[in-house]
Amino acid sequence: MSHIPITINKKPKFSKMDVPSDFSIKKETEGEVPPIIKISHFNVHAGSTGILKDINLKIPKGKITVLLGPSGCGKTTLLKCLNRLSDLHPSLKVDGQITIDGEDIFHPNQDLTRIRQKMGLLSQRPFPLPMSIYKNIAYGLKIKGIRDKKLIRDRVEKHLRDVGLWEEVKDRLHTPAARLSIGQQQRLCLARGLAVDPEIILADEPTSALDPISSRKIEEEFLRLKQDYTLIVVTHILRQAKRLADHIVFMYFGEIIEQGTPDEIFNHPKSEILKQYLESGH
Amino acid sequence: MQKRKLLEERFFLWLMRVVAVSIILVFLFIMGIIIQKGFRAMSWEMISQEPKGGFYFGKGGGILNAIVGSLYLAGGSTFCAFLLGLPVALGMNVHWVTKTRFVGTIRFLLDALWGVPSIVFGAFGFALMAYLQIRASLLAGIITVTLFIVPIFIRAFDEVLRTVPQGLMEAAYSLGANRTQIAFIVFFRQALPGFITAILLAFGRGIGDAASVLFTAGYTDHIPQSVQDPTATLPLAIFFQLSSPIPEVKARAYAAALILTAIILIISVISRLSTRKFKKNIL
Repeated sequence: MSHIPITINKKPKFSKMDVPSDFSIKKETEGEVPPIIKISHFNVHAGSTGILKDINLKIPKGKITVLLGPSGCGKTTLLKCLNRLSDLHPSLKVDGQITIDGEDIFHPNQDLTRIRQKMGLLSQRPFPLPMSIYKNIAYGLKIKGIRDKKLIRDRVEKHLRDVGLWEEVKDRLHTPAARLSIGQQQRLCLARGLAVDPEIILADEPTSALDPISSRKIEEEFLRLKQDYTLIVVTHILRQAKRLADHIVFMYFGEIIEQGTPDEIFNHPKSEILKQYLESGH
Repeated sequence: MQKRKLLEERFFLWLMRVVAVSIILVFLFIMGIIIQKGFRAMSWEMISQEPKGGFYFGKGGGILNAIVGSLYLAGGSTFCAFLLGLPVALGMNVHWVTKTRFVGTIRFLLDALWGVPSIVFGAFGFALMAYLQIRASLLAGIITVTLFIVPIFIRAFDEVLRTVPQGLMEAAYSLGANRTQIAFIVFFRQALPGFITAILLAFGRGIGDAASVLFTAGYTDHIPQSVQDPTATLPLAIFFQLSSPIPEVKARAYAAALILTAIILIISVISRLSTRKFKKNIL
């Protein structure tokens, strides 16, 4: 049922007719790197409204993939489906397939803890756990069953250094994380996510609550992290997409309109919607 | 137009001031009477001795039996309410958070129970005692008061748990925590001040209620030695003394009321101070 390519569009003024429907899948850039995540014929409904419609996407490994699009186009929903946080919203009905490293994440016997630990999540606003800076990072390690105190201490330091926070907090590791500035909290959350050894980092508009300097720090971290991790970054900021992306997926009203390299998206947009979005963009 | 808005603003500001002040005045008035009348009848004997023969006719002794009985009763039932209520409150907000209708039903039922007058719980406890074949005792009192304060505890704690941001839950899930870890590590810590408030509220209701213990806890002049002994309670001590025609006994009722108020005050202050230490971690 969901295999029919989208032709029903309630907003006729945006036509995709000038774009071949599956042009992106044949892009040569995708051939180079094996995909770590494969999404096929993926739909999400809330009641009768479709939030995501027939999403087909391959996320290349070791790159930064940016999900670009206006607010409310389903970027965040897609991101949250990847680590099955969608389960927390019983009104969301999901069908289709998402595989990570070839594993179907919606398989009924899937071990959710393991799937979620493969991915670190960075949300729009930082949510440090209600405990000290040190424990925030140690907590993920403890969940993984690491008990060795010295190992934990080393890992906490390593991950705080990874996000450039160590020098700022090394003298107050045991003070509450809630006392950090919001930019520091966001980097702490990134470090906390790295501590569980993920392969993928999901970032949902991670800089939207931050000032320009903190945002820049997060972006610099991302560029450094892509050597070891696959990053998926949701944003509606064009310049951020330009700075970060290896691969851009442009979404609009629950559909993937276009995808490609930053050069293709910014300099040679094919669809009308994307052209309009780029023109009105900031 | 501008003038009307200004007038409106001023009217409501004054309305709030008047209401706030009148509430404070009522509180001060009640406290004033209790303190004024209570202090006059207060003596070391009142809080250090069990009633002697003829206490209720104006002879010597004190109400230590009721003080200790009330503390046992309220302490015991608050502890039971905590044991029963904590899993329910956390479950409603973590484990069953996706089952909105189920949780909504529980909330509705608990709210309904909250509104049931305590004398009904007393009657229910009495029926339960007859069924279980236990006589009026500390145990029966604790069971009844627990039933009576459990909905209060759960709903008070639940309201605070509901304010824990969704993002915090998602963050904890994405670290790979399971639901029970999230409930006890994240939600419990984050809602700790609310938890203390809920405990206090339950304790306050438990220690101050007369109707639910009227049939179930009995009354005695001695401090209970086991849960099977009947026990005196402060609200009933106040009630019995107030209904006496003898002025000295009546006066002592105010001293008992003062003691009851002081106990609640001391416990709230201690627990407030102890939460301050934990509050710092909260987002």
